Amino acid sequence: MSKGKKSFGRSIVAAAAWVALGGVAHAQETIKVGLLASLEGPFAAPGQDGMRGADLALKERNGMAGGKKIEFVKVSSDATPDKAVNSTRKAVEQDKVQIMIGPLSGDEGIAVKNYAKTQPNITFINGSSGAQAATLGDPAPNFYRFNTEGAQWMVGLGEHALSKGYKKTFLIAEDYGFPYSQVQGFMASYCAKGGKVVDKAWVPLGTKDYASVIAKIPKDVDALVVVLGGSDAVNFLTQYEQAGGDKPMVGGSITVDQTVLNFKGKRRESLLGTASAGPMADSIDTPEWKKFVADYKANFKDGFPSPSLFAYLYYINTKAALDGLDAVKGDLSGGQKAYRDALQKTKFNGPAGVVQIDGNRNGVGTTYITEVTKAPDGSFYNKVVKSVPNITQTLGLPEEEFKKMGLGTRDVPDCRK
Amino acid sequence: MSRKNWALLLLFGVPVAVFAVWAIVDNASLFFKTLLNGLTLASLYFLVASGFTLVFGLMRNVNLAHGSLYLFGAYVGWYVGEHTGSWVLAVIAGFLAAAVMGLLMQVLVFRHMQGQDLRQTLVTIGLSIVLADLMLWAWGAEIYTFDPPSWIYGSTTLPLVNKFPTYRIVVLIASIVIGVGLWLLLARTRIGMMIRAGVDDRGMLAASGVNVQRVFALTFAIGAGLAGLAGVVGGTALSISPGEDTRYLLASLVVVIVGGMGSVVGAAIGALLIGLAEQFGLAYAPTYSVVFTFVIMVIALAFKPRGLMGKNT
Amino acid sequence: MSAAKWRRAMNSSSAAAAEAARGVRDTGRPTVVRSTAQTQPSRDIVTEGRLSTWWRSIVRAVKWRHIAVIVFVFAYPFFATPFFTFQIGAQSLALGLIALSLIFLGGYGGMVSLAQMTVAGFAAYMLAIFGTSSNVAISLGWPWWLALIVAISLATLVAAGIGWLSVRTEGIYTIMITLAVGVAFFYLAQQNYTVFNGFQGFSRIAAPTVFDLDLGQPMPFYFLVLACSLAGYFFVKHLIRAPFGIALQGIRDNPRRMQALGYNVTAHRVGAYAVAGFLAAVGGILMVWYNGRISPGTVGVGAMINILIIAVLGGMKHPIGAFIGAIVFVLLQNFAIDLVDRERFNLVIGGVFLAIVLFSPDGLLGLWQSLRSRLDSAFTHRGQGRIHR
Repeated sequence: MSKGKKSFGRSIVAAAAWVALGGVAHAQETIKVGLLASLEGPFAAPGQDGMRGADLALKERNGMAGGKKIEFVKVSSDATPDKAVNSTRKAVEQDKVQIMIGPLSGDEGIAVKNYAKTQPNITFINGSSGAQAATLGDPAPNFYRFNTEGAQWMVGLGEHALSKGYKKTFLIAEDYGFPYSQVQGFMASYCAKGGKVVDKAWVPLGTKDYASVIAKIPKDVDALVVVLGGSDAVNFLTQYEQAGGDKPMVGGSITVDQTVLNFKGKRRESLLGTASAGPMADSIDTPEWKKFVADYKANFKDGFPSPSLFAYLYYINTKAALDGLDAVKGDLSGGQKAYRDALQKTKFNGPAGVVQIDGNRNGVGTTYITEVTKAPDGSFYNKVVKSVPNITQTLGLPEEEFKKMGLGTRDVPDCRK
Repeated sequence: MSRKNWALLLLFGVPVAVFAVWAIVDNASLFFKTLLNGLTLASLYFLVASGFTLVFGLMRNVNLAHGSLYLFGAYVGWYVGEHTGSWVLAVIAGFLAAAVMGLLMQVLVFRHMQGQDLRQTLVTIGLSIVLADLMLWAWGAEIYTFDPPSWIYGSTTLPLVNKFPTYRIVVLIASIVIGVGLWLLLARTRIGMMIRAGVDDRGMLAASGVNVQRVFALTFAIGAGLAGLAGVVGGTALSISPGEDTRYLLASLVVVIVGGMGSVVGAAIGALLIGLAEQFGLAYAPTYSVVFTFVIMVIALAFKPRGLMGKNT
Repeated sequence: MSAAKWRRAMNSSSAAAAEAARGVRDTGRPTVVRSTAQTQPSRDIVTEGRLSTWWRSIVRAVKWRHIAVIVFVFAYPFFATPFFTFQIGAQSLALGLIALSLIFLGGYGGMVSLAQMTVAGFAAYMLAIFGTSSNVAISLGWPWWLALIVAISLATLVAAGIGWLSVRTEGIYTIMITLAVGVAFFYLAQQNYTVFNGFQGFSRIAAPTVFDLDLGQPMPFYFLVLACSLAGYFFVKHLIRAPFGIALQGIRDNPRRMQALGYNVTAHRVGAYAVAGFLAAVGGILMVWYNGRISPGTVGVGAMINILIIAVLGGMKHPIGAFIGAIVFVLLQNFAIDLVDRERFNLVIGGVFLAIVLFSPDGLLGLWQSLRSRLDSAFTHRGQGRIHR
């Protein structure tokens, strides 16, 4: 090599060394936290709102936790488990995050939990996945879920339905895991207290034309239990009204939530009065919730009129993650053991009730029973009718009975007659 | 009818008849409601698929961006409807917007790829991906519903089925009108004659002095416009959101494959079969209703590779 | 002339022409063409052994760039991080194998089938059902090698079945029909819980441990995928020059003529589908070992179109295009989010695909070749003596 080339080569190496040193030095002051939400595909809007919730949690503490700067590494999925695992693997192995928050949807959660088992030194915290199996079946010791799951979200709605006189109901739900959990949560207490679900119509995911399902609704039921989400819910509600249907409805957690109530078009009066249940509601009357809504509105001009379910869930999970960092003063050494102990001890007053976890690292929380009401400005929102605290994964049943029932499926639980 | 056709008719007709009798005895109201639902869904599918088959029949162009045109027409129609308050204007706007988009696609892109069928198809796939993402960017991921005039909305009481959504009847009537209009256009006008001649032999059409490119552009515009119109009409019945484009593209694909490419009558027959199968499946065997449509397609192709009414060349 | 003799004649004449071309470029004067190779092929073949002729043809065919690629590909896991080895390297090669099946079928057989991902997914499902997975109620728990053989055989049969369905259709009809078949399988897998476990699919499908070596670890898995991809690539390259492949290309160009010559067009086509199905099945098994799970989302419309995008991106005219396209696609998928607004990933992929189809229908390979010819013509004014493969 010529002299010029040699000195050039040496200076390159030196520059690289400086950059590396600087990077290392910088890295000691920053903790990288991975953030996974579905920003593509059918769950793009909830995914964006989830990111907003996480951003809000970080903004509240000025981007610091445990004395160190927090850097979010955002990755995306399209609500398929394969993509979720690929994105998580990229964040963990390529971008070297030490804490991973996400994913959004149920089945992604199970896939990420399985991946978490292969990375024992990284802590995985749920985003908004509500699948029971993510913590109930074959749990991972480093996967934490501070929110309650799909079945827990419906506990208490059964009693409320009975109190409104709906003794016989007909179920219409999408044919996959999340609605199975939701229906189990609803029926666990509804059936026990004497309610009857005369038949279940499981429609394939993505069905747009509910005309025939509507035609099958028996005449003698008191109400419909509708566990559909997103555009399926909008389609069903519109078509039901068009078909002259007038039975009251009891909705699942994502059947009449903000993303559905905010569809672009004329609000249908028939939605008013629909009961539903979930881990939060648009109109919780506590100072913590009001502050949360105000902060959301102030920070995100392009967001929804009120934070959605996904913003809330990502918010509490991120806040728990960052609070844990505070508790250990940013020290993630020793296989993150101290950090995980701190996470287990988490207990704070979130916007929608106390946030804490049980021995299985699954959230124990409050469920709010709501009804769709019209606000003075004409928009629709969910008004809180009742709140049921401290709901665990056994759904209010004794543990052996719950274990015997197993996870929700098409035919479990069943109370026809 | 030949022996083979009689045998086929019996093979499929008898089980269908037996089923119909059983269903009527079991729950007559449900059967007739499902029948009517199937007819109205078929009419929607026909509206969407007629444009597809027209474009394919003449220009051998498998336009896999057809679903995107549907969605584009629907969004533009919604925007116009929201700002003018008139649903009829929304329909017209949807038709025009998609027609213009289709015209641009034909003139700017496909015209230069005459004869390269595979390349055209790949370009339409690329266009559909790009258009889908652009629309997601522009209109977001929310659900959009339309606001038709109140005399179309609501339900009417019919014999045998009691309350039935008025709007679906309107869709049925509209698609019959458009179907007849399309047929008249093809069978009784000069333009239609040129289009039909072009389907049979493009070269001769050019040789007889017709500006083939202009005919192609017009046909593509009509086909695309039909998709946009179906977008507004279908969106009013079933709402629009990202992902609708793929759904209606697949539906058009199956309808056109079953019915026969390039045949408007074939599109009608295919739409009937598929619409009825889907609704009856959803009512009586919901788990596999979606697979029924594709099973029908496979069976139809096994007997007639070019579709039920396709031209056997 | 038998196929073997004909092939040798082709090889020796093209090799001789290549020599002549090199001679022209190097010395500026045409060298004397060795007349023995041209005028007396039979004596040449009889005197030289078959093995040495074959070896000689390989040595002549291998260029520097081939050696560089082979060395890079084998040394890759030793200098790349485990993430790059596993998620980028192994995934691209496995996807490339599935895309290779599409290129074989589409580029050489003229039948662009969107159902290759379906066949791959079907093989993956069969492996999950016959082998071990998280769902003990459905999985039969057979030993992995047995499940593997059963899965690949069933998938090849299914591919032949799809081929039989589509063979009566031509050209673009094939795209439509295979798309519809793929979607039908997607819905079947999504709705059926007794066999396919519906929406959740199967998880915890791990690569086996062979002779104490866990094939699920990044490096062993990468070498496994590499071995399969190399085998697939050379298999396809050999097949397209074998009588079957030549006949297939003839059928692609003019089926009527081939029929008149006495070839069974339908059997050849179905056979091509079966071969492509075999390749796709192997790719599917590797994908399911990579992902550790299979669910309907893996065989949805998006995934089917992705394989087409990969094949077109790389170039449909040559088997290596599959792997080039796969590498570019996987890199884009993983790193576009760092470069472009993360929500617009589909726009980037779609735009790149559209640009390739509009301006370089031969994909990246076509771009590369036109670039090379432009560079070459800049140096060699004669412009003669280029051998196009």
